[in-house]
Amino acid sequence: MGDTPDGSANAGTGGPGVTTSHARVAGAALSVDVPGTPAHRAPNGAGGRGGDSGTGHGPGGGGALPRRRAFGADRVFQGLTMAAGTMVLVIIVAIAIFLIAKAVPALNANTANFFTFEGWFPNESSPRFGIGALAFGTLLTSILALLLAVPVALGIALYLSHYAPRRIGTALGFLIDLLAAVPSVVFGLWGRDFFYGPVRDLSVWLNKYFSWIPIFGGDGPFGKSILLGSLVLAIMVLPIITSLSREVFRQTPTANEEAALALGATKWEMIRTAVLPYGRPGVIGATMLGLGRALGETIALAMTLGIVSNISFNIIENGGNTVAANIANAFGEANDVGRGALIASGLVLFSITLIVNITARAIIYRRREFTESAA
Amino acid sequence: MAKRIEAMNVTAYYGSFKAIEDINLTVEPKTVTALIGPSGCGKSTFLRSINRMHEVLPGARVNGRLTIDDEDIYDRDVDVTAVRRMIGMVFQRPNPFPTMSIFDNVVAGLRLNGVRRKSVLEEAAERALKSANLWDEVKDRLGKPGAGLSGGQQQRLCIARTIAVEPQVVLMDEPCSALDPISTLAIEDLMFKLKDRYTIIIVTHNMQQAARVSDRTAFFSIERTGDPGRLIEYDDTQKIFSNPSVKKTEDYITGRFG
Repeated sequence: MGDTPDGSANAGTGGPGVTTSHARVAGAALSVDVPGTPAHRAPNGAGGRGGDSGTGHGPGGGGALPRRRAFGADRVFQGLTMAAGTMVLVIIVAIAIFLIAKAVPALNANTANFFTFEGWFPNESSPRFGIGALAFGTLLTSILALLLAVPVALGIALYLSHYAPRRIGTALGFLIDLLAAVPSVVFGLWGRDFFYGPVRDLSVWLNKYFSWIPIFGGDGPFGKSILLGSLVLAIMVLPIITSLSREVFRQTPTANEEAALALGATKWEMIRTAVLPYGRPGVIGATMLGLGRALGETIALAMTLGIVSNISFNIIENGGNTVAANIANAFGEANDVGRGALIASGLVLFSITLIVNITARAIIYRRREFTESAA
Repeated sequence: MAKRIEAMNVTAYYGSFKAIEDINLTVEPKTVTALIGPSGCGKSTFLRSINRMHEVLPGARVNGRLTIDDEDIYDRDVDVTAVRRMIGMVFQRPNPFPTMSIFDNVVAGLRLNGVRRKSVLEEAAERALKSANLWDEVKDRLGKPGAGLSGGQQQRLCIARTIAVEPQVVLMDEPCSALDPISTLAIEDLMFKLKDRYTIIIVTHNMQQAARVSDRTAFFSIERTGDPGRLIEYDDTQKIFSNPSVKKTEDYITGRFG
């Protein structure tokens, strides 16, 4: 500040606004004692400070210390970031109010028990709908998807971080990130029109030889099932779990890996002793992110599931429905109560995701003593 | 318990860069041998080639012959993990496993070798920690994380972890460079004690330390940057520090270069 001769005359305040600040100094001094509104006082205070600094003698020079500027770029930036931060809160509250306001009338109109009734008929003259089957379907598809995806993702991540030659690792890592960029509706189409075939054949085979296991029982038809939805979901959550796990595995301190090797560990033993424990919180976090995505996934499941609202552990028969898929499928022909009912189901989905996230944090926090000192 | 290490024309590379060339030396059992020399002279490389940790780095390889009691460490049929179990290593920076408790750290090597019996592990952990002069400080908190100890305690924990598997030879790569003088003294005391049972080879930048703890001293040096490190002189520590036969050694230990 105040590099030019012109500026140093007005030390510290520079710019055309200075003169007006100076002009206001007297007024500011007078009005200080008057309790005005905050909005009123701020510019006055600024003017007063600007005036004070005008008595300085340039940067680093003698005279009194320049006063702090109330409206420096720093203040403006602080205000902007705070406004941005506050906005999040406002948006969340607004959404919550909207959801609750829409959901409550529908819930009041419901003639069945919202938590235990398995069907979804909110558009009838006496609306009957329940969240049970949908929540069950959501959890079942998501958990199944994770069971299928996590082991594969960890395998890929370990291969990329510790086994693959650098060039293959880079290429494969790029392909996996590319998988994450495929829109979910494309996954839905692919699952419905192509993947459906092999999954149906597999289901028929499973049913033929393993029908004594309840999850593979039933008389068909097979294919548009929980299994198909979960498989498609698994492919969709695979990239995020893989790339996050690969990152944490890569960050394992070389010192720890060498410590294990120097104790006579084979490569796999080294990974078990040093890499996996170190990456554990990261892997849990990655899995929970994957679970979050799986729980909220809408269109791919709306296209691949059989859309039957019932609670059944059979994963190969046509059927299955989830909260999000139900919203996508039922919203078009929903009346007022119907929309309210769907919004209520959205609230439940939100709660499930929240509980999942809190649980994940609790798991990570429990081992904090060990993982923090790892940093 | 302790074995002889013999190096014959050992040359080590990082890719195309030759880090050390034609190292010949013999380390007798139950002695402490110090490797000294200026930075980049290859003493750590030589140390790491003794337990085949050198080849862990991509592109790194070793030529020549290294034997432990006349068995070739680099023989094609030798299991590398067995070599490392026989020749333990303590690193420059204390590196306890951050996710493990003190107890789990000490017995990590035993668990890798398939020891599962709780009583055996507990006995071994107590013995190793006592040998490492750490038992009294940690016996009441064996379940706490190893990374929560002070730097000196962590390094002694790493020594306990190394000797818990009962190796023949213990390699130490500047084990005190990250420690304060008191912790350093504790480790040096420990080396005197361990010498009764193990062959110890230590890399150090601290010449007083080399003079205090070692029986034999090997001086490494390089002509100029980019040249491979060579063994300049190898003799009794007493002789190296009082009356070295090579001028370059004298220059180094009197602080005239390096």
